Amino acid sequence: MQSFEYANPTTVQEAVGLLGAKWGQADVLAGGTDLLSLMKEHLHTPKRVVNIKNIKELEGIQKTADGLRIGALVTMDELSKNSDVVAGYKLLADAAAGIPSPQIRHMGTAGGDLCQRPRCWYYRQGLGLLAMKDGKSLIPDGENRYHSIFGDGPAYFVSASSLGPALVALGAKVKLVSAKGPREVPVAKFFVTPKDEASREIALQPNEILTEIIVPAATVRSATYEMRQKEALDWPLATASVALTMNGNTVTSAKIVLGHVAPTPYESAQAEAALKGKTITAATAEAAGKAAVQNAKPLSQNAYKVTLAKVAVKRALLEAAKAKG
Amino acid sequence: MANTPDYSYPPMDKRKVIGQRYKRLDGPMKSSGRAKYSSDLKPPDMLFGAYLHSPYAHAKVTSIDTSDVEKMPGVKAVYVAAPAGTEVNWQGYEIAGVAATTEEIAREAARMIKIEYEVMPHLVKDDDLALAGTRAKQGGERVVGDPDKAFQDADAVSEGQYGIPVVYHCCLEPHGQIIQWKPGTDPDNKSDQIHVWPSTQNVPDYAGSLSQNLKVPATNIKVRMDYIGGGFGSKFTPDAWAIVGANLSKKAGGRPVKLYLDRAPELMIAGNRPSAYAKIKLGGKKDGTITAWQTESWGSGGFQPVNPPAQPYTYANVPNIREVRTTVSLNGGSQRAWRAPGNQQASYLTCCAIEDFAAKIGMDPIEVFKANAQYAARTGAPDTYRYQLDKAAELAEWKKLWHPRGQSGSGTIKRGMGVAIGSWNGNGHRSQCRTVINPDGSVSVEIGSQDLGTGTRTIITQVAAESLGLQMGQVKLVIGNNDLPPDGGSGGSTTVGGVSTSTRKAAINALMKLYEACAPALGAQPEDLEAVDGHIRVKGSPNKSLTWQAACRKLGATSISEMGAHTGQAIPGLVTGGAAGVQIADLSVDTETGIVKMNRYVAVHDCGMVINPRLAESQVYGAVIMGISTALYEERIMDQQTGKTLNPDMEFYKLAGIGDIGNIIVHMDIREENDKRGVIGLGEPPAVPICAAVGNAVANALGVRVPRIPMTPAHVLDTLEGRTA
Repeated sequence: MQSFEYANPTTVQEAVGLLGAKWGQADVLAGGTDLLSLMKEHLHTPKRVVNIKNIKELEGIQKTADGLRIGALVTMDELSKNSDVVAGYKLLADAAAGIPSPQIRHMGTAGGDLCQRPRCWYYRQGLGLLAMKDGKSLIPDGENRYHSIFGDGPAYFVSASSLGPALVALGAKVKLVSAKGPREVPVAKFFVTPKDEASREIALQPNEILTEIIVPAATVRSATYEMRQKEALDWPLATASVALTMNGNTVTSAKIVLGHVAPTPYESAQAEAALKGKTITAATAEAAGKAAVQNAKPLSQNAYKVTLAKVAVKRALLEAAKAKG
Repeated sequence: MANTPDYSYPPMDKRKVIGQRYKRLDGPMKSSGRAKYSSDLKPPDMLFGAYLHSPYAHAKVTSIDTSDVEKMPGVKAVYVAAPAGTEVNWQGYEIAGVAATTEEIAREAARMIKIEYEVMPHLVKDDDLALAGTRAKQGGERVVGDPDKAFQDADAVSEGQYGIPVVYHCCLEPHGQIIQWKPGTDPDNKSDQIHVWPSTQNVPDYAGSLSQNLKVPATNIKVRMDYIGGGFGSKFTPDAWAIVGANLSKKAGGRPVKLYLDRAPELMIAGNRPSAYAKIKLGGKKDGTITAWQTESWGSGGFQPVNPPAQPYTYANVPNIREVRTTVSLNGGSQRAWRAPGNQQASYLTCCAIEDFAAKIGMDPIEVFKANAQYAARTGAPDTYRYQLDKAAELAEWKKLWHPRGQSGSGTIKRGMGVAIGSWNGNGHRSQCRTVINPDGSVSVEIGSQDLGTGTRTIITQVAAESLGLQMGQVKLVIGNNDLPPDGGSGGSTTVGGVSTSTRKAAINALMKLYEACAPALGAQPEDLEAVDGHIRVKGSPNKSLTWQAACRKLGATSISEMGAHTGQAIPGLVTGGAAGVQIADLSVDTETGIVKMNRYVAVHDCGMVINPRLAESQVYGAVIMGISTALYEERIMDQQTGKTLNPDMEFYKLAGIGDIGNIIVHMDIREENDKRGVIGLGEPPAVPICAAVGNAVANALGVRVPRIPMTPAHVLDTLEGRTA
């Protein structure tokens, strides 16, 4: 790990003043579950590390008339157990609870979950976010069993965020603060597919901190279903977060968002359309699953993920139909 | 004593300490964190070492310049292991080491070494033999009997393809050591002195290996290790890191240097289990008897050639065999012994092929394994396998739960049962033990062994206590350094047989001396005495006795110090080799997701005379847990485009957690006929059949063979959806 300056601000105002204008100048430290390994592997070599754990205003979950405000420092464990989240936003509680490592649930934060870097092993082995060699990505002809099944590249990594799909399904926004002031960005637009090696996979700028997640009030039936091979520490192979607005037993509108299958959370308009006006049955859930992967373009080793994504949608829908919140 | 003492063990029902379920003596030390592993130590003035490793799978070092790094503040020594001109044949190859006052400086300095490589072509994938080209070397054809005629005459012929990948040992304590090379500057002692605290399976032979490399007399090398955080076959020699560490220490004026591998190089270069792939054809009769066996196999153990294991495994006496084996040289780290080397692969190929044959003829595989037990090569083994197959089937509720292949109902979740067998030698290694009985009654047992985590401390103490008629707490055991009577390395499941025999002999020899000292006081001849329940007494007259303390006082001022030795040869009743095992996996497969969940796992094993049933069972639990992890999750993944290992970590090199294991049922086959054979090692045999049992259970659940381990959603769904693996 390269030597760095360590800063301990106690206010957001102070913290944003310590950030750089360009990536590489400063990194924000919250739970540290990703940043420390990035630094040890020399994938991030910040000159300054800005620890935000002492900033009280970034803590806590507040229920307001407009919905929920989730502080960036809320841990995944808190999120999975918070009564307002569990009661009204089951898909979000499911997504946080699904992280199998107790250490990561207790250390990892909501803000960090959204800002973490991809787990793509080419990236983690120092071959770049897009793993380009001689103008071509290594991934289509390489070891791509855990990679993207949607899109045409050049990014083939999958978004590592557990909360992203659930927040997109809920129409949530994130608050990003720089020295110039705050801005709000829909989570659906926070995740971006980089087109070149110099870009990032999130809309956060190097001089900004993600301070808060704003979830609108909603009356939905919802669930997140994860496909994960192990009970112990493991990454999902595919997830589906679904939020259904119902009129009696009929779906008036559906939000269906897949995770770990594309460089960003992947919202399927086809699956949403397939459900509108329907009741949730094994057959309609299955059909929605099929619709969700209609545009999948699996790589050489990951056709199995198309099945997993399809089944994740089906199972999330059946679970949401059972759920009250 | 004119005659050789009787070293035989008391009959099973007369044993007081042997056969008891003592908890391991070092359990509280380890579980409370008080046990200090070598990597926990910090001798005064210790420096931290760090490595520069090759980032390339195949390259030549064209230049290396350490001059700037040597001037960095805090850097005390730099040692180049791969000078310009060195050809490196795998990623992670050791290029140079740095010793510095802090770990951070050492790591940064290692990174800053100026080095240039000429990158050369590489091969890192072994699963497709067609891609191996000239890197594949085919061995000669082995033919037994007349396989062509046997296949022609067979009632049925089955064919299958099977594969088992390279996996790592993944020791929690990585390879390395703290080492101090003190130059002989003392006018009274001009010889160099080396102190080393390694993580090794081989304390007794470590100094000998190191002395050859460092040209320091072995007598001047002190080796000390109290606890080891896993070895599994990968920690027998001092290795490059000891040589580099020693040279760094010498260059730094004799300060101790701690040099341990980071996790990534630990996985890439500190050993692995070779891969094995095969096409197998079986022919046989309707009654399940196999008459013909044909194997074309290949595999890789890294750069050096390693043949895949011979087929068929254990049932080696099949009368008609044709076999061609091919080894593939890869630009990957070298294989090392992995908990029963060669046997998991061999068992996987053989037992999956037998299960496929059973399915082909519509027979219960337990019956097919029994029908072919006659082919087990070791004398007595056929009956043992028949017994253990029935026992395992009983414990697994096989008759109730097993169903013919694929007949697992219409639901999404399919339950399957699979059986497999294993075998192992496990003879005792050479061993020497010293037993000291002091006039105050205290007893020490000294033996240059190591406790690999298997319970060696506990079983040595049990044998000594039993032999001396004492309780566990009355024997002080000293192991773990090379000043002690030389023992063997802990490999091949040979430790328990070696140390139990030398300990038994040393204790009996010492006891004979004690009998001589107290026979006059008891008015008896030494050969008429026995040691029972803390007393020395006259056989047949238990009222004529001395307490242990009183007996020892008869020694006057002189302690007894007696040796006991085991040469490595089997001694009926004391120590032998040849163990069998049968295991059954009971699991469920989610056919929509390909996710396999273990329900229950049954392991039946014999290991001769069992000194401590709890520790024996623990070996089986540990092996099964490790094996289930390899069967479901573990696999080295390399990228042919870049030559890089993509999962040298514990994130995508997936290890099972306890929630992934299911319920394990262990049955030790301790029938008297096994007990009479003497002690046999058990560390390895239970690690053998697991991939095969799991693979067979998945095939039973799905109705179709998933050819390749590990049983991942990718492999399962690719098979179910008709994609070639």
